[in-house]
Amino acid sequence: MSEPPATDERAVRIVCEAFDPEGEIAAFRAAHAHAGAIASFTGCVRGGETEALALEHYADLTHRTIAGFVHEARARFDLMGVCIIHRVGRMAPGEAIVLVACASAHRKDALAAVDCLMDRLKTDAPFWKREETGEERRWIEPRAEDVAAARRWNDPASEDGRS
Amino acid sequence: MARVMFFGRLRDIAQCSERPVPFDGALSLDAFRRLVASGDDDLARALQAESTRVAVNATIAPRSVDLVIHPGDEVAFMPPFSGG
Repeated sequence: MSEPPATDERAVRIVCEAFDPEGEIAAFRAAHAHAGAIASFTGCVRGGETEALALEHYADLTHRTIAGFVHEARARFDLMGVCIIHRVGRMAPGEAIVLVACASAHRKDALAAVDCLMDRLKTDAPFWKREETGEERRWIEPRAEDVAAARRWNDPASEDGRS
Repeated sequence: MARVMFFGRLRDIAQCSERPVPFDGALSLDAFRRLVASGDDDLARALQAESTRVAVNATIAPRSVDLVIHPGDEVAFMPPFSGG
């Protein structure tokens, strides 16, 4: 992968502490006051039996990989801005794991770009999730539907490099 | 010597997050995996699994490439990603 431009690098933050998705979306919206459309997705730790979720990553690779997704999304969709925040470490139910926000002139590009970036984050970025329930620790593998969803965005010519 | 890193459930199987692996010259990925597993059948199977991806010096290697590992390389073995 070639080095993504600095604007794509700056769009991505990997954080170890809890973050405030609503505050981040408000700041993103303020920074793109001329955008006709702001779309966002916030992924949270599910409640229920899970007591905690632990997320590890390959730090030297994660940021660059996600900046590459941003570069790809900018080339594919008509975007005015992108913001990706991804949490790592141990987190509790209800806390945000990931925020993706996109700004564009019209809604379809913003919505599709968020969808595309989330699909990439699910299966193509070096994160590993583990659920903790009581004494049990369980690694979460991507679901077949997540893998199929990410493949939708592939250029057939580059299929090998991503699989 | 190469620095080998294990992520996700591979870390549990290897019982460490990284380890130095001493060798001289250049090794094919297959030979390198055997050296890393060094007789641990569970680890050998996990490293060879089709779903296990390899990164050399923090760059993910396409599956179609015949990798050669050199002393000084940082080699990461990665089970399927699960972000988001």
